[in-house]
Amino acid sequence: MEGETARIAVEMRNIVKRFPGVLANDHVNFSAYEGEIHALLGENGAGKTTLMNILSGLYRPDEGEIYLYGRRVVFNSPRDAIAHGVGMVHQHFKLVETHTVAENIILGLDKPRFFLNLAEAEQEIRRLEEQYGLKVDPQAYIWQLSLGEQQRVEILKALYRGARILIMDEPTAVLTPQEVEELFVTLRRMAREGHTIIFISHKLDEVLAIADRITILRKGRVVGTVEAQMATKEELARMMVGREVLFHIEKEPVEPGAPVLEVQGLRALSDRGVPALKGVTFHVREREILGVAGVSGNGQSELAEVITGLRESTGGRVRVNGQDLTNAGARAFIDAGVSHIPEDRVHVGIVPSLHLTGNLFLKAYRRLPGFFLNWKQMREKAKELLRHFDVMAPNPDVEARTLSGGNIQKLILAREFSSRPAVVIAVHPTQGLDVGATEAVRQRLLEQRSQGAAILLISEDLEEVRALSDRIIVMYEGEIMGEVPPDAPVEEIGLLMAGTRLEGRGA
Amino acid sequence: MTVEDMKVGRGGFPWRIRVEQRLVRPRWVSAIVPVLSIVLGLLTGALLIWANGVDPVAAYVAMAKGAFGSKYALGETLVKTIPLILAGLGVSLAFRMQLWNIGAEGQLHMGAIAAGGIALFLPQKFPQIQPWMWLVIITAAGFAAGALWALIPGALKAYLNVNEIITTLMLNYVAILWVDYLVNVPWKDPASLGFPLTAVFPRELWLPRTPGLFFLTPRHRVHLGLLFGIIAAILLYVFVTRSKWGFEVDVIGRNQKAARYAGMRIARNVLIVMAISGGLAGVAGMAEVMGIIHRLQHQISPGYGYTAIIIAWLAKLHPLVLPVVAFLFGALLVAGDQLQISMGLPVAVSFILQGLILFFVLGGEILSYYTLRIERVSS
Repeated sequence: MEGETARIAVEMRNIVKRFPGVLANDHVNFSAYEGEIHALLGENGAGKTTLMNILSGLYRPDEGEIYLYGRRVVFNSPRDAIAHGVGMVHQHFKLVETHTVAENIILGLDKPRFFLNLAEAEQEIRRLEEQYGLKVDPQAYIWQLSLGEQQRVEILKALYRGARILIMDEPTAVLTPQEVEELFVTLRRMAREGHTIIFISHKLDEVLAIADRITILRKGRVVGTVEAQMATKEELARMMVGREVLFHIEKEPVEPGAPVLEVQGLRALSDRGVPALKGVTFHVREREILGVAGVSGNGQSELAEVITGLRESTGGRVRVNGQDLTNAGARAFIDAGVSHIPEDRVHVGIVPSLHLTGNLFLKAYRRLPGFFLNWKQMREKAKELLRHFDVMAPNPDVEARTLSGGNIQKLILAREFSSRPAVVIAVHPTQGLDVGATEAVRQRLLEQRSQGAAILLISEDLEEVRALSDRIIVMYEGEIMGEVPPDAPVEEIGLLMAGTRLEGRGA
Repeated sequence: MTVEDMKVGRGGFPWRIRVEQRLVRPRWVSAIVPVLSIVLGLLTGALLIWANGVDPVAAYVAMAKGAFGSKYALGETLVKTIPLILAGLGVSLAFRMQLWNIGAEGQLHMGAIAAGGIALFLPQKFPQIQPWMWLVIITAAGFAAGALWALIPGALKAYLNVNEIITTLMLNYVAILWVDYLVNVPWKDPASLGFPLTAVFPRELWLPRTPGLFFLTPRHRVHLGLLFGIIAAILLYVFVTRSKWGFEVDVIGRNQKAARYAGMRIARNVLIVMAISGGLAGVAGMAEVMGIIHRLQHQISPGYGYTAIIIAWLAKLHPLVLPVVAFLFGALLVAGDQLQISMGLPVAVSFILQGLILFFVLGGEILSYYTLRIERVSS
C-alpha cells in the first residue's frame, strides 16, 4: 500500500462473463492501485484467469466496464490492451523456442517496420534488465533457457511493450524456491517504480508473502478484498473455499514393511535423446511414502515413465515385489499392481472425449470375465466409484473433459486406487488443484499408505513433499543428490535441488 | 481483428460479425452437418448442371427416377450399394482408431484378384470340391487378400511409424496395375479378341442372389454380397460397442497416449484393425467380380474404395448408419449413369456431387466448432 495518495490504476466494474453452462465472472468489481502488488486468490475455476483475460483483452466481457487511471477503455484484443499498458504473463509461456530472447521480445511489434535492428533492441532489453534485475542474455535461444529464465523473457516482453500494469498468472508454479525469491524481488522493484502487479495464485503462503492487498474470488464472485498484513492463512482459506480447511495433515504413524519397489542404477534417455537418468538407485517400502523433490526437468518425468513401463531404460533394474520388470512394458507393471497418477493428467491420465465409465475401466476392463463388456454393470460400478471418491459429476455418462481439474484428478484416483495397488507412482498429484481437491488427494495418498501401498511421490511442492513423505530424495540432473528426513530444513533441501551435495558438511 | 476492426467500425456501420470458437458443440449441430452437407452439395451441383445448359430440377428428377423409379432401378442401386457397404465398413473401422486407411480401393482390387484367380484355375484341378465350398473358399480368399494388402502399410505403421495415408494410397495404384497386368497378359482370355478380359468364371461359382428380394424384378442382380454387408455391419456394431477389443480400438482412436498408459497394445491393434479393414474391402472386390462382372477385367470398380471414405465420414463411423448412407451413394452412382443416358451429361457429374458433399462435410466439421456473433462495434 502506498497510502492515501495512490492513484487507482485499474478498475473493473460489474464484470460478467458467461461460458456455455458456466458463469465465470458474476458482477465482479475489482480495483488495484498504482504501485501495488495485488493478489487475486481463488480455487481453480473461481474465475481469476477469466477476469484477467478480460483485462488483458483476450476475452470481452458480456457486461461491465473497465477503467484505467480513471478513463474508460474497451479492448478488442491483447494488442489493444498492451497499447494501453496492460501486459499479461500467462501460465504457459508463448515463446518461439528456436528464436533468441531479443527476437521473441520484438516479435509482433510494428516497430521497426521492415528492417530489424536487433542490436538496438538488445540494448533496450539490457537497459530494462538492469532496471528491474531481470537477468537473461538477449542473444540466448529460448530452448537454452530454464523455465525461470523464460518467465523473465515474458516479463521483459511486457515491459518492452510499455506495460504499466502487469498480470502474472500463477507465476511460481514452475520455479525453484530460490527463483521464486528472485521473482519476488523483481516484482517489488517494479511496484516501487510505479507499476501495478496483479498476481494470480491459489497458494496462500506466497500470496501473503508478496501481496499488498488480496482479492478473493469464489465461484466467479468477489468474496472480499483484504490487506495482506492483516490477513491470516486460515481466514484466506475459509474465504476461498467457503469452509474451514485443515492445514495440518494427520499422518498416522505406521511402521514400513519390506521393500516393494526397488530401483537400481537406472539409466534412461529423454525424448531429445540425452541422458535423463544417470544411475538412479532407491527403494520404497510397504506403508511408506518416498518423496522425490527437485525442480521439474531434472529426470523426474523420465523416472516415473521408466518405472511404470512407459519408457525404455538403457541400464539398471526395476523390481516390484522381487519380480524383475525392467523394460517389461506398461501392461506388466499394471498387472504387478503398480498404479500411476501421471504428470499430464488430461493427455495421459484420461481419455477426454470418453465417458466416465470408460475412463474408470481404462485398465480394469481386462480383468473382467469374458470377451464382451457388460456396460450396464460397469456403469453401476462407476457410479459407486464416483460417489466413493467424491467426484462431482452429474452421471457416469458425461465426457471426462467436462470435469474440472480437481475432479479429473479424483477420477484418476478412483481408477488407480480401486485396484488396491501395491505400488503408487504419483507425479505432481496436486499441481494446479484448488485447496479442496488438494486436501482430498493428500488424504487419499495417506489412506493408501495406511493400507500398505509403497508410494513414490514426485512433486515440486516442497511443502507437500515434506508434509507427506517418510523419507525424501532429491533429484538433480538425473541423479539423486541425497536423502533427507522430512523435517530437514527447507534451505538444505533447496541446496540439494540446486545441485549442491551435502557431503563434508558434517551432517 | 484488432486495430483494423476498430477503424472499420468507426466508419459508420455500428455492428460487426465476430467469429468465436465454441467450447462445447451442441448435439444438434453435429447431427445437422451431414444433412446440410448433402443439401449444399446438391445445390452447388445444380449450379454446375445449369452451367452445362441442363435444367437442374429436371436433372435431379431424372436422377431420382434413375435410382429409385422402378424395380429394376432399385435393384441396380442395391447392386452398387453392396461394395460400398463392405468397403465403407472397413474404412470406418480404421478411422475409428484414427488409422487413415484410404487404400480400400487397392484392397478391393486384391480381393478381386484372389477370387478371380481361384475361380479361373482351381475348380478344374479339384473337381471333387462342391460349388458351395468354393463359395466359402473364395470369400475367405477375398478377405485374406484384402487383409494382407492392408497389412503392408499396417506393419509399416505399427513397427516403423510410417504414415499410412501415403502408403495405403500408393498401394491402390499398385493393386489396380496388378489387375491390368493379369487381364492383359497371363490371365487373358484367348477368345477375348484382344480386349483386356479373363474368361468368364464357371457359372456355378457365381455369387447367388440374395433371397427374399421378391419385391424386385425377378431378373434383379442383387447378390449374396448384400447379406454379407448387412451381417458385417451388425457384427462390427456388436464388436465395436460391446467387446473388450472394441473398447481398445475406441480408446486408442481417442487418445493414444492414454491407451499406452493403460497398457493397451497399440501395434497389435493397428495390425488387427488394418487386417479387418482391408479384409472387408477385399470381400467387396470379391463380391463385385463373383456376383456382377463374373470375370476379371480392366476397370472393376468406379472408385468404390474412395467413395467408401466419404460414406464412412457421413455415417460418422457408425456401422448401422453406414449401410443407409451407402445406399444413398449407390443411388447417386446409378443416377449418374441415368443422367448420361437421358440428359447427355457426363457420368462425372455424380463424382462431382460426391466430391462436393465430402467438401461440405469436412468444411462443416471444422466450421461447426465456431459460432458467429453479431456485436456492437465499440466507439
